[in-house]
Amino acid sequence: MTASTPRTSRNGAVGNPAASAADPASQPPAQDARATATQPPDSAEPPSPPGGRSTKRRPGKRTGLRILNAVSIVGGITIWWALAVSGFEFPTPPEVVETAIELWNDGILQEDVVASLTRVLAGFIAGSAVAIPVGFLMGWYTVARGLFEPWIQFFRTIPPLALLPVVLVLMGIGELPKVFVIFLAAFLACVISTYQGVVNVDRTLINAARVLGARNGTIFLRVVVPASTPFILVGMRVGLGSAWATLVAAELLAAQAGLGYRMQQAQYYYDTATIFVGIVVIGVLGLVMDRLLLFADTKLTGWQERR
Amino acid sequence: MTTTPTDTAKISVRRVRKTFDLKNSEFVALESVSLDIADNEFVTVVGPSGCGKSTLMNILAGLETPTSGHAVVDGKDVRGPGPERGVIFQQYALFPWLTVRKNIEFGLKVAGLRAAERRQRAEYFIHMVGLDQFADALPKMLSGGMKQRCAIARAYAVNPSILLMDEPFGALDALTRVTLQEQLLGTWSREKRTVMFITHDVDEAVFLANRVVVMAARPGRIYDIVDVDLPFPRTEEVRLSPEFGELRNRVWHSVYHQTPGVAAGHASS
Repeated sequence: MTASTPRTSRNGAVGNPAASAADPASQPPAQDARATATQPPDSAEPPSPPGGRSTKRRPGKRTGLRILNAVSIVGGITIWWALAVSGFEFPTPPEVVETAIELWNDGILQEDVVASLTRVLAGFIAGSAVAIPVGFLMGWYTVARGLFEPWIQFFRTIPPLALLPVVLVLMGIGELPKVFVIFLAAFLACVISTYQGVVNVDRTLINAARVLGARNGTIFLRVVVPASTPFILVGMRVGLGSAWATLVAAELLAAQAGLGYRMQQAQYYYDTATIFVGIVVIGVLGLVMDRLLLFADTKLTGWQERR
Repeated sequence: MTTTPTDTAKISVRRVRKTFDLKNSEFVALESVSLDIADNEFVTVVGPSGCGKSTLMNILAGLETPTSGHAVVDGKDVRGPGPERGVIFQQYALFPWLTVRKNIEFGLKVAGLRAAERRQRAEYFIHMVGLDQFADALPKMLSGGMKQRCAIARAYAVNPSILLMDEPFGALDALTRVTLQEQLLGTWSREKRTVMFITHDVDEAVFLANRVVVMAARPGRIYDIVDVDLPFPRTEEVRLSPEFGELRNRVWHSVYHQTPGVAAGHASS
């Protein structure tokens, strides 16, 4: 090996906990809309592995799938309705819709959505924005890895929510503590994935750039960054899921507005309809954001060879 | 410069030794390898796996440093990789996020050429390898043979003084292989370069070369050197001729029936 690359060795020693985090990242993600469609938006699980599924489906098959989706949704709602009618403490679907409209007309629903979205977006964007450069530094410079790794490994094992009590004490009860735990959740998911992306960059591509005259700076910008993009996007999607999960829980514990807060309040009054509205809105918002990232993913990483 | 190789040699390898540290021993990948390659010569290197042929190429490319000895190209000691030594990898190593054109322009961009100039040069080499229709396609759309043609164009585009090819056709099917061999020679006859071409295919080694270097393993060394005095252009006729067959047999024997411990010594052209 010639001396000049500061890049760390491929099988870097990020240790065991990282291995589990590496899993979603170690398979460069291909886009698989169907696989992720079934995923709850607040799940901290990685988007489903791309696997060997053929992504090219004939239109007929696709329509068939859509029909099945529709049948499944209608069926699910029917079962819900049936359960509600047969004596469970459920609101019926029309009751939920009614409550949603009421909440909307009172301006409460919008207020809650805005409050929750602001928190999650602030935390998520800040988390990703910090995670990507840190992940790059860790993958590229041994020194950075040595310095950051212990802390990341430590905080990875702690659910960000478990830090909420101490964060509340230190940061007061304003917006900051909630945004901070969301930031942490998004950051941890994205940083490991980015780091894995950098470490997994094909050695041959780096060599190919070097023999074409590229120096480290160029290699970093023109090879390492694009090659890591699929990993970063997987990290961001996982981060978004984990940001949502953290947000709702944080709001349940300490907030004066937001979807989680509203559900918590409704619980005191046995107002199951409002709780259901909250659940549905959280699900839909999470799904929409995941779709937006997926769309960005297809645009940015369409060059990948599908296996 | 610590060595003054013969003035005529374009590539000069001087007593190169390369060892790798294993757990509690050392593996000798190359043992005192010396080789001179003349300007515009096409040399193929063939040998069993573990004979260090790829290591030798990586040393010339500047991707590895010899434990001792010198690799000299154009009278200069090789220190690190550089665009004057083009490399073609077995795995193509195209940047998958760049189109054929952008891949070919990569080295030109690194060299700081202006967009118009890059485009013009790229166009020429795209045409040279016959990828005109695929200039704006991504690598994932290309077959293996087309990918390697793109990689050849990319290496040529930066106008290297020598070309190092590491089993470039190794991953291709036999039919594509033959086609690409002929195309490569066609390109080479129009754009003359000094080429060192690694292969494990005896036919390929003889068909392409002015000279075949046969290597042996444990330790990696030059075992035999066979001059190929077949005429260019190498047509199908040449490939099927008895002279080709004889040379092929000779090289085959050298590769597959090696006497342990024999080395060709300090071979030169």
